[in-house]
Parts: sequence; C-alpha cells; structure tokens
Amino acid sequence: MVVAVDVQSISKQFVLRHTRSIKEAFVWIVKGRKGDLSQKFHALDQVSLQVEQGESVALLGLNGSGKSTLLKHISGVMLPDSGAVRTRGRVAGLIEVGAGFHPDLSGRDNVYLNGAILGMTEDQINERFESILDFSEIGQFIDTEVKFYSSGMYLRLAFSVAIHTDPEIFLIDEILAVGDEPFQKKCLEKIKELGDAGKTLVVVSHDLDLVARVCSRGVLLEHGKVVMDGDVADVVARLRS
Amino acid sequence: MSSAELTTPGLGGGLRDVLRSRYLLRLLVAKELKVRYRGSVLGLLWSYVKPGVQFVVFWFALGIFLGMNRNTENYPIYLFSGIVLINYFNEALGNAARSIVGNGGLIKKIYLPRELFPVASVWVSAVHFVPQLLVLLVACFIGGWSPGPVQIAAAVAGFAIVTMLAVGLGLFFGAANVYFRDSENFVDMLLMIATWASPVLYSWTMVRDGLFDAFGTGRGEVLHTIYQTNPLTIAVELFHFAFWMPTTTMPRTDPLLAVPPNLLDVWTPIGLGIALVVILAGQLTFRRLEGRFAQEL
Ligand SMILES: Nc1ncnc2c1ncn2[C@@H]1O[C@H](COP(=O)(O)OP(=O)(O)OP(=O)(O)O)[C@@H](O)[C@H]1O
Ligand SMILES: [Mg+2]
Repeated sequence: MVVAVDVQSISKQFVLRHTRSIKEAFVWIVKGRKGDLSQKFHALDQVSLQVEQGESVALLGLNGSGKSTLLKHISGVMLPDSGAVRTRGRVAGLIEVGAGFHPDLSGRDNVYLNGAILGMTEDQINERFESILDFSEIGQFIDTEVKFYSSGMYLRLAFSVAIHTDPEIFLIDEILAVGDEPFQKKCLEKIKELGDAGKTLVVVSHDLDLVARVCSRGVLLEHGKVVMDGDVADVVARLRS
Repeated sequence: MSSAELTTPGLGGGLRDVLRSRYLLRLLVAKELKVRYRGSVLGLLWSYVKPGVQFVVFWFALGIFLGMNRNTENYPIYLFSGIVLINYFNEALGNAARSIVGNGGLIKKIYLPRELFPVASVWVSAVHFVPQLLVLLVACFIGGWSPGPVQIAAAVAGFAIVTMLAVGLGLFFGAANVYFRDSENFVDMLLMIATWASPVLYSWTMVRDGLFDAFGTGRGEVLHTIYQTNPLTIAVELFHFAFWMPTTTMPRTDPLLAVPPNLLDVWTPIGLGIALVVILAGQLTFRRLEGRFAQEL
C-alpha cells in the first residue's frame, strides 16, 4: 500500500501565556533571562501516524486533546517542533467552516475567492461553478452577501467549495454540526463517495455515530498522545466507557 | 491513483509562490478594493477626488499664501510629485505591516503562501496611486510638461524603488507584528519620519546648505551623503526629475541644481540596490518567522 500521510513522532509545545509586548520581553532579558518567559505544555507529544491512500481515519478524543492541532500539522498550517510530517498529493482542509469567506462579499465572489485559496485555478472554478452551486442548494442567494446567510447556508457553500477542490487528502474538522438533516446526509454520502474513489480522509468529530459510519479506522488522542489506534468501533467503545 | 511524491507540507517557496498564485493574488486585491469602497456612492472615484482637492489646497496654501513659489519654481508640482510617491509608500507599508495579523483568521486555518498578504496590500496601494499620478500628470501638462524617455525611465525607477522597499519592509514588519503588536505603531512612526526625511516639502539644496551651516563642511558632507543614500530620497528626486524639472524654465531654475548631481548614474543604481537588499532581507526574516504564525496569531 501507498502511504498518503506520514507523521513521524512529531511534538508540539505551546506556551500557556503569550507575551505580546516588547516591554515584557525587555524586562525578561534585562533580568538575565531567568526562567522561561512563558510556561509551556505539550499539545502533541511524539505523535506518529501513517495513513494509507484511500483510508478513512477518525481522530477522536476529548476537548483539547490535540486533534485540531494534529490536522493543522498535516495541512502545513503549523510546523512541528520535532519530528516530520509528509503528505502525498494535494491536501485540502475543512478546518473550520468558511475560513477564507469574507462576510461583505457575495456568495459568488466568495466561491471564487475560497476556491482560489484552496488551490483551484480560475478555469477549474469556472468549470465547477454550476456543480458547486447545485450541491450547496443555495440557489438565488448566491449573489447575496454571505453575512446575511444562516450558519447552515454558510456551511453548505463552504463545504461545497471544499469538496470541489478535488484533493487527494481531505481533512475535516468538526464541520457538519450546523447542517440540517438532509444536508448532513448528503455530505456524508459525498464523503463516503470520496472514500470509495480512493481519497484519503482524516475526520475529526464528536459525533461518534457519524464517524463510525464514515471511517473504518479510529485513532484516539489523549493529552497530545496517541493512546489507541484500531478499528473505529473499538475506539468509540473505549471513548464511551 | 496519483503517484505524487511525499512532500513536507507548510514549506513554501516564498515570493516565488506568490508569482505562482497570481490568480489568488488578483482576487485578494479585488476583494480589498471591493470591501473598501462598499456602500460609497463615488467608490473608486474618491481616490481621484481626494488627491485633486489636496493639490488645489497646496496650490493656494503653500504656493500662494506661504509664497513657496518664490523659492521653488512651480512649487505645487514639486511638492505633489514627491507627495504622491510618499503617500503610496505610506499606505503600502502601513497596510502591509498589518496584513498578516489582519488576515490571521485565514492564516491559522488554511495553508497558503503568506507572502501574498503583504504583496496584495502593496498592490492595492499601487491601484490607489494611479489616480494620484493622473492628477499629477494633469498638473504637469498644464505646467507645460513634455517628457522624454529618460523622464519616463526615471519615474519607473522611482516607483520600482518604493515598491520594492514597501514589499521588503512590509514582509519584515508584517511578520514582526505577529510577535510584537508594537511594530505597527513603530511603522506609523517610521512613516511619519519618512515624509520629513526625504525632500518632499523642501529642496535638496536646503538640506545641503543647512547641514553645512550646522556641522561645517566636512561633517556636513558626510551627513548629506547619508541623507542622500536614503532610497526614498532617491526615489523622490527621481520623481522631481521626471515630473517637476521639465516644467521649470532656465533662468529661474538652474538645471544643475534642480536635482542632486549624479542622480541618474550613481544614486539610482544605489537606490535600486538598497531596495533589492531590503526585499531579500524582508523575505529572509519573513521565512524565519512564518513557521510560528499559526500558533501566535
Ligand atoms: N495557538 C495556540 N497557542 C496555545 N495553545 C494552543 C494553541 N492552539 C491550541 N492550543 C492548545 O492545545 C491544546 C489542543 O488543542 P486542539 O485545538 O488541538 O484540541 P482539540 O482536540 O481539537 O479539541 P476540541 O475537541 O475542543 O476541538 C488545547 O489545550 C489548546 O488550548
Ligand atoms: Mg478541535
């Protein structure tokens, strides 16, 4: 099998308190750099993960366990302190609904802007525009400024753009929560379809039933460490217990 | 399936990536302009009205009331040709320095070449520069301006110097601003100094004479050379050479003293060289700092 995502024992430390002013840093330097300027903790601690092409993996864990942080490392938004991340093919992340949407622009403008942000060319967007519009079911609201959209409509359009970027690796972080039942179903089907088409999926969700349906493999994170990696049903069972 | 290689995500190619994402850059610029003029009736026309009114005010207040025309022929044109360039620099650098923090929401969620944001800011300012330039050209034509290829080349060189400076410093301060929000205030101060530290309001001979009077010929010469090395000074003088000088007449303005000697053959290459160094240094700093943008924003 071909590895699509290769995470090799990465660690990431975050500071608990951010310093923001030169004054504080200056005082710290003048005092002879005693102590650490800021307390740190491990958000990811020696995390290793191999995902094969075409696999669907659920990242599970309680709040603050490091799931979003791990996805950000896979997408390249963050770089690890130590260890290495490598990916094969284009990565698209739905890290948060409508990141890159501008509230004052119309839905149409946002489709182009967000499409380009996610790496599509002008021709690709033109070509797929109808399909994006169809999938989102936004209809006549496409020329309305998105600040007037409901959160579900926002999600529909954002999700629709993201799946049309046709990436090899698809990262999904907790985004299906606001869609209505029929749209969630449609998204699920689409996600499954992507999986069947050999796309690699990494899904984060607290909706355990949902991920159990989409993914076959589960990875459990706890305080930045991988504590379990196996069949999704087993991982869900452990998380529930 | 695809046979792409395993690559490390998040390691971009810097400004080269910006060239590769030209379409996205265009959209970001269009977005910025659209959002800026949203809900205003005159829209982009405002950027014609404002410099136009500014010029008329200068004409009266400085040229006629303060009598600056007595010292400098066609003083309003002299002033305006420098001011449009400094306006451009101020807006470009001011916005570029804020661009990374301003787009923080995007930067910490999606990976894309982050150099796009400072570059887009400078581009937006260049769009605003065009109307000012047109107002200047109208004033020049009224003043009897007929440029040759050398004048055009000088204007292009001046514009290039300022653009490269703004991109380079914008990258530097944009990145620094993520860590220390003080840096945007520092930039504001720098911009205030920039307006006065280049020969926009006064002429270079006043600087030379003033320095010689205050510090004697020897040290005055050194200080004047330092003053002259400022790439903004060089760019402003290039604009004077291109736009103002052709509107002056022989007995009132000595062509040898209108702009500093050796402006074209010595100072222009120096200015371009410094601007190039600044852009490289900005890029280098930016790349060293961008790895931690997502977590600091
Ligand atoms: N930029 C940052 N600076 C400091 N700490 C951070 C930063 N980003 C995340 N953290 C911390 O890292 C830890 C892991 O965060 P992360 O967002 O990965 O959790 P998560 O597993 O996605 O949680 P949730 O289920 O709530 O989405 C948290 O304690 C969070 O406070
Ligand atoms: Mg999260």
